Amino acid sequence: MSRSLRYILPLLAFLVLAGFLARGLNLDPREVPSPLIGKPAPGFALTRLDDAAQTIRREDMLGKVWVLNVWASWCVACREEHPMLVEFAKRKLVPLYGLNYKDKRPEGLGWLQQFGNPYSASLFDEDGRVGIDFGVYGVPETFIIDKQGLIRLKHIGPLTPDVIRERIEPMLKKLDA
Amino acid sequence: MIPELGHFLLWLALGVSAVLGTLPLVGAGRNRADWMALARPSAAILFALVALAFVCLALAFVGNDFSVLYVATNSNRSLPTHYRFAAVWGGHEGSMLLWTLMLAVWTVAVARFSAHLPDKVMARILAVMGWLSFGFLLFMLMTSNPFDRLVPTPANGRDLNPLLQDPGMVIHPPMLYMGYVGLSVAFSFAVAALIGGNLDATWARWTRPWTTAAWIFLTIGIALGSGWAYYELGWGGWWFWDPVENASFMPWLVATALIHSLAVTEKRNSFKSWTVLLAILAFSLSLLGTFLVRSGVLSSVHAFATDPRRGLFILAFLVIVIGASLSLYAWRAPSVGIGARFALLSRETLLLGNNVLLVVACGAVLLGTLYPLALDALGMGKISVGPPYFDTVFVPLMAPLVFLIGVGPLARWKAAELPALAKRLRWALLVAIVAALLTAWLRGHLSVVSVLGLAMAFWVVAALLTDLADRLKPSGVVRTSVLSRARQIPRAMIGMMIAHFGIAVFIFGVTLVKSGEVERDVKMDVGDTTEVRGYTFTFRGVQPLQGPNYRAAQGTVEVTRDGKAVTTLHPEKRVFPVAGTTMTEAAIDPGFTRDLYVSLGEPLTGNTWIVRVYVKPFVGWIWGGCLLMAFGGFLAATDRRYRSKVRESAAADAKVAAT
Repeated sequence: MSRSLRYILPLLAFLVLAGFLARGLNLDPREVPSPLIGKPAPGFALTRLDDAAQTIRREDMLGKVWVLNVWASWCVACREEHPMLVEFAKRKLVPLYGLNYKDKRPEGLGWLQQFGNPYSASLFDEDGRVGIDFGVYGVPETFIIDKQGLIRLKHIGPLTPDVIRERIEPMLKKLDA
Repeated sequence: MIPELGHFLLWLALGVSAVLGTLPLVGAGRNRADWMALARPSAAILFALVALAFVCLALAFVGNDFSVLYVATNSNRSLPTHYRFAAVWGGHEGSMLLWTLMLAVWTVAVARFSAHLPDKVMARILAVMGWLSFGFLLFMLMTSNPFDRLVPTPANGRDLNPLLQDPGMVIHPPMLYMGYVGLSVAFSFAVAALIGGNLDATWARWTRPWTTAAWIFLTIGIALGSGWAYYELGWGGWWFWDPVENASFMPWLVATALIHSLAVTEKRNSFKSWTVLLAILAFSLSLLGTFLVRSGVLSSVHAFATDPRRGLFILAFLVIVIGASLSLYAWRAPSVGIGARFALLSRETLLLGNNVLLVVACGAVLLGTLYPLALDALGMGKISVGPPYFDTVFVPLMAPLVFLIGVGPLARWKAAELPALAKRLRWALLVAIVAALLTAWLRGHLSVVSVLGLAMAFWVVAALLTDLADRLKPSGVVRTSVLSRARQIPRAMIGMMIAHFGIAVFIFGVTLVKSGEVERDVKMDVGDTTEVRGYTFTFRGVQPLQGPNYRAAQGTVEVTRDGKAVTTLHPEKRVFPVAGTTMTEAAIDPGFTRDLYVSLGEPLTGNTWIVRVYVKPFVGWIWGGCLLMAFGGFLAATDRRYRSKVRESAAADAKVAAT
């Protein structure tokens, strides 16, 4: 019995895999509703990527609308969206902060040096604890946080000109940034 | 008119593949020679029909027939003719047609070059391949017909994705698909053997050259893709662990395991059920790769075409093909038997170690690729595992494998003796460690990782040389010259040595690039210079340039070393107005020991640009190593014992015909 069972194992393993794939077909990798929308942004106190001596807290950010972009130097899709962010930051619509997620300090800094730094500052989240509090699914992700510190928008995946035009800008206008 | 003809030809091909998939199979079961005899001509007709359909699509592209939707989406009047031809496989529908064409090519090749196979085996193999053709043709006709018309006809097309307008991209997909689809041959041989119940050493000998051939194409295809990423994406990276790259890498890992496992089955009649399972897995992973790339389940930089209906069809196809073959395996494999016994230390065991490591590595890559998907499907959220995961998991698995590459070829079949083996290899080990330390020290990167990498590369070479020296040593009483003894070494053995040497070259390149590359982004005005690794790069400004279907800003960077001119590089920033995208065209001065890599970043004010200046030591060795592996595979696949089989059986056929 156990001998012939061994030969069925590959089939069973495949069927489980096929089940996941079938489920995956019905999921859009970009569309995830966040339970955090409309809720207060989680508290954090992180050092700046470029200065380990300076700490930025959630409270420091209250009173202004700001954008938080989660990125990492190991993330390929972040390179894809980076020119968009640089362009976006040049327009100075709103303060743009980075959350440098599960990265190493020299690598993160090197990356910004190489591709340009659009961020007012990047928060250095080495172990990804804050990212988890924010419900980060994958890198890159972008959040808009309002004057009261509530999360108002979350975008998963790289920003594109369309996303900026159709989701980011209207929300910023609504929040009167 | 021509597109309709192409469409019609595909329907005819579907019919022929249905005949090929059923009648010979039933004929083999019922001993009907006339039904089995249908297999070969059907394969030939199937090939002719698909090839003609492909020509029809190519004609539509070259003739700028924008009334065909697929042409209108992937071509443009100003696109140069050779890219208009390559655009045939620039999108989803054409890729599938190319895939089907490759499958037909392999089918007809099996029909033609395996004339020595018994009729029943041949009929079953071709029938399985017929079913695969049927599935892909149906997929194309149902969900992705490349000949769909577009009304009203646009005056011009939307142009080929600029990323693909590159000579590397012209040959990369055909090579990769030849490899993917080539694994269907090993798969069909395995399924046919499971149906017929004749899994033995002969089966392994028939399968081996076909598997190696597919593996060669896969190797070259992956290397080309990596090379393309290196010079076309403008980041200087050569491997990103992107889901699409992983999709091609997983079948490669399993195919590599299969090649080695087949050797054991052929020589020692062991590992039979394991080998069959690998043959099924290798092709299943090719299909899975197609599913991942074409269904949009995973988002990636490669996401070319995504459509859930297509995904559902491929998934159904996947479940039928893989599910059926694994069921067949579960049913028939227990009766196969385990074959010849072997000792704990023997070449068999070492090859088993190779197999386990390769399959586990493949499993790790599969896990990293699918884990985000699985979590998502379970409703546990979305995550992405990047290179940190793959680098941590993959390297520790490869290190023992590389060690085995050195030991395996020297160990004897059935039973090897540890003291003898250790005695033969201790010098190799010593040489490898000393050479690694010395090289790392000379290059000024005495870190653990670089020494380990170099030691692996030198170890493979030193062990190879030990093996070669033993084979060239005079043995027995008859005195022969070294040259004649060298000629005694079978061609397949030399192929194996070259392929293993290729791995050493590959590791050497990877290690030195990882430890010694310099990537610098500098703001440069006209006349500014920057010095990297003794090379002085002088920025001479940017001129506008008009290409056939793009506008470019072409930079000029002069490179000197010790005051002497080395080269002048012209990196470009291309704007494709129709596709609406900007492309970075890096300028590379390739060299044996280093590449100089310059690409244009963002323009700043006036004549000032961000210029990326990279010096990459030994980066070319990465692809050189891959080509050596492929060449080794070529030697192994064309070994005399496979060729003489063909001739012998041709002679036997002639004899039968004469009597």
